[in-house]
Amino acid sequence: MRVTATVNGRERDADGVWECESLLTLLRERWGLLGSKNACEQGECGSCTVLLDGAAVCSCLVAAGQVQGREVQTVEGVDDPAVHRAFADEGAVQCGFCTPGLVVAVHGLLRRNPAPADPEIREALAGNLCRCTGYEKILDAVRSAAEEARS
Amino acid sequence: MTSTEHASRVTGGVGESPARPDATLKTSGEFAFASDLVAEDMLWGATVRSPHPYARIRGVDVGPALATAGVFAVLTHEDVPGENAYGVKVRDQPVLAVDVVRYVGEPVAIVSADSPEAARLAAERVVVDYEPLEPVLDPIRAAHDKSLPALHENGNVVRHQRIRSGDPDPRAEVVVSATYTIGMQDQAFLGPEAGLAVPAEDGGVDLYLATQDLHSDLEQTARALGLAEDKVRLTMSGVGGAFGGREDLSIQVHCCLLALRTGRPVKMVHGREESFVGHVHRHPARMRYEHGATRDGELVYIKAQLYFDGGAYASKTPVVVSNGTALGTGPYVVPNVELDAWGVYTNNPPCGAMRGLGAVQPTFAYESQMDRLAEALGMDPVELRLRNVLTEGDRLPTGQVVDSPVAVPKLLDRLRGMPLPPSLPSGADVRDLPGGVSNTTHGEGIARGVGYGVTIKNVCYSEGADDFSTARVRLELVGGEPLATVHTAAAEVGQGIVTVQQQIARTELGVRRVNVHPNDTSVGPAGSSSASRQTYVTGGAVHAACVAVREVVLHRVADEHAVAVDALTLTDGAVSLDGEVLADLAEVLDTAVEEKREFHHRPTFPMDDEGASDRVHVQHAFSAHRAVVDVDTELGLVKVVALDCVQDVGRAMHPDAVLGQIQGGATQGLGLALMEEVSVSDGRIVNGSFTDYLIPTVLDVPPMRIEVLEEADPNAPYGVRGVGEPPTITATPAVVAAVRAATGRELTHIPVTPTRLLGLDGEEQQ
Repeated sequence: MRVTATVNGRERDADGVWECESLLTLLRERWGLLGSKNACEQGECGSCTVLLDGAAVCSCLVAAGQVQGREVQTVEGVDDPAVHRAFADEGAVQCGFCTPGLVVAVHGLLRRNPAPADPEIREALAGNLCRCTGYEKILDAVRSAAEEARS
Repeated sequence: MTSTEHASRVTGGVGESPARPDATLKTSGEFAFASDLVAEDMLWGATVRSPHPYARIRGVDVGPALATAGVFAVLTHEDVPGENAYGVKVRDQPVLAVDVVRYVGEPVAIVSADSPEAARLAAERVVVDYEPLEPVLDPIRAAHDKSLPALHENGNVVRHQRIRSGDPDPRAEVVVSATYTIGMQDQAFLGPEAGLAVPAEDGGVDLYLATQDLHSDLEQTARALGLAEDKVRLTMSGVGGAFGGREDLSIQVHCCLLALRTGRPVKMVHGREESFVGHVHRHPARMRYEHGATRDGELVYIKAQLYFDGGAYASKTPVVVSNGTALGTGPYVVPNVELDAWGVYTNNPPCGAMRGLGAVQPTFAYESQMDRLAEALGMDPVELRLRNVLTEGDRLPTGQVVDSPVAVPKLLDRLRGMPLPPSLPSGADVRDLPGGVSNTTHGEGIARGVGYGVTIKNVCYSEGADDFSTARVRLELVGGEPLATVHTAAAEVGQGIVTVQQQIARTELGVRRVNVHPNDTSVGPAGSSSASRQTYVTGGAVHAACVAVREVVLHRVADEHAVAVDALTLTDGAVSLDGEVLADLAEVLDTAVEEKREFHHRPTFPMDDEGASDRVHVQHAFSAHRAVVDVDTELGLVKVVALDCVQDVGRAMHPDAVLGQIQGGATQGLGLALMEEVSVSDGRIVNGSFTDYLIPTVLDVPPMRIEVLEEADPNAPYGVRGVGEPPTITATPAVVAAVRAATGRELTHIPVTPTRLLGLDGEEQQ
């Protein structure tokens, strides 16, 4: 199967894609986009979160064939300095394995809702597991990024 | 360099909170974790694992696997050129099983192929002829029933340790006793086990991997490969969390064997299910405790028997038994102690290191006992703790004198002084209630409870281990500006040791630019990033190397200006005498200065047969938690409303990272209290995925109010006290105590899942 998609604003294609191949495998193993992480490959941890036509999805749960002709935005394509900076400055990064997925999820959240209240932030990030931080500093990062984006 | 430049203060030193140097790469997705490694012409490895908890191997046929398209090698124990045995404390675990398998998931053969799919397919085609045997699954029987098969040469007891102190037959006015059990917890680090082995022209191998301890891996790997240690070079790749789960070997030897056999780079990555069987877990435990006290709440004695199920191989079981015994009475003065702990072999999954090693289990038990005793005495549980708490100069039951400040009374006082969250308003946001957006309650049937937990935890390695770290520090001019390079083997597993090394170099050398060299085995050992020890020992080594470098620099200026070295200071990029700049640092670095130092902490000594030792541990750390919970008493759902912590860290080297450790540690403790349990049935893990093994999400974790004390330990570098483990230990009993307070139920088993909370799990009540 041949798959063509717009990835981070650039057209990409791949030949010989298997029917059961995931978008995560397509991104990591065929296109060398290693920013989407492989932690559970079951849609539970959010480490591989990408935006598919603007909606946050776990790329491990999307069949590669489903992205034909669509737009995929991975962490490599998230040009959102406020979010990146907030994660670094607020101490929201420890081991960092969850961080790329969170950056994509937060970028998606703030585009939908530039001023989310805490319950909205928590709901939006409930699909992203972090084993290091206890989430408090991640929440700080989201608040700070939202504030910077508004000011 | 102009004089105004060196007048600007060097920021980002000890006590400040500079950003991590790897943070930007991690947010952009560019940071390479071990599972992201690639090499040209790379092959993929896969592992054939036992489906049986205990079985004899009659034969292995690799023919069908070798015939699979794309396969380059299929190896069994016959292909292990060195010693087919490894282990972090006891070398009892085969690299590849020989004639018996002792747990479900034990590696029997390994395969390499030109794609991960082909490797997995070939692994399925390795035919192993097993004769299943009756497994040993009950840890108490494993300890005492001699009629059971011995799983290892020396029987099924890995270690039995006693503590006997005081009167062997004490009498008390009030006695409480109970048996507490704790399930198997998983480290659940997010980055899977992974590595890339590249064969080298000298017949050796380079291994890039995620680990907690490069040199421990090196020693075990080289021995199994039958190679000299200088032929095996290990370099750290990005580590996606560890928490103890990367102390034991996983892919190391397998990956190197395949690379050496095929002559091609070989990559191995565990999937999540394989990760659950491929690394050790926290020891499940069964602990019977009896506390005796006077009527006014003074502890008279503790008697306890603790059983730790170590599973099929020893791993860190001897240390779990040590910590469980030496710390088994808690941060309290107990005049009479009779305590026994057993760590045993069974055919359950192997258990080893996890954050809070050996202290998590007894703390749950003795803190539950303190609450039980308080209730029996009609006392406030915090008052009871304060009445019995250790102070500096007191002896632990091992006989060790606690020779640095014990802040426990302050921790409890401060915790009590913190405001409680407001009571639940009627019509509260459903998202704040137990069950959350599942909309299972609107406030009816909700009860609130408050509970406390305190602990004592040892820092660094204990019982006579030569616990040290090595650092090489180089100071030179690069681009006309001084640059310090720090080289250690200390594993950055997320906790922030890279940043701390930079901070120390900035503070001691007065330089702005500090590079931390990639960690590898071309510098001496740093030991493991575990036991809350890395800032203590590697921080100590970096400090010592920096001081040595500074001496050389100051000597150069002292000689030139004919002044005493002792009168000079090196700060903010300049050497000064009485505040007057004698030389810019750049001027005296015409040749680079490089020094290497080791840091060893004070010696410790093993316990004897009665548990006595003058110094089992080099340092103790203390923390205290207060939890507030709302419980839906009909559905057994718990919402943690607050989880507040006070901890003495000796010196906050990086205050933001300290908070991160406390918040993250507390979250793992909350997980153990309410949801985390590896379910094992007939020796088989039945929930080895993130769908079935639950860890806390952002919806499960409350806001945490944290206060940090800095009561320096006079014996430690910068006065530090290990930070990472204590909050994990204290969060668990605090949350369970709060649930007890809300429901009145005994709750002697953790995790307290909804079925257990409602008594629907069918288990006997203690």
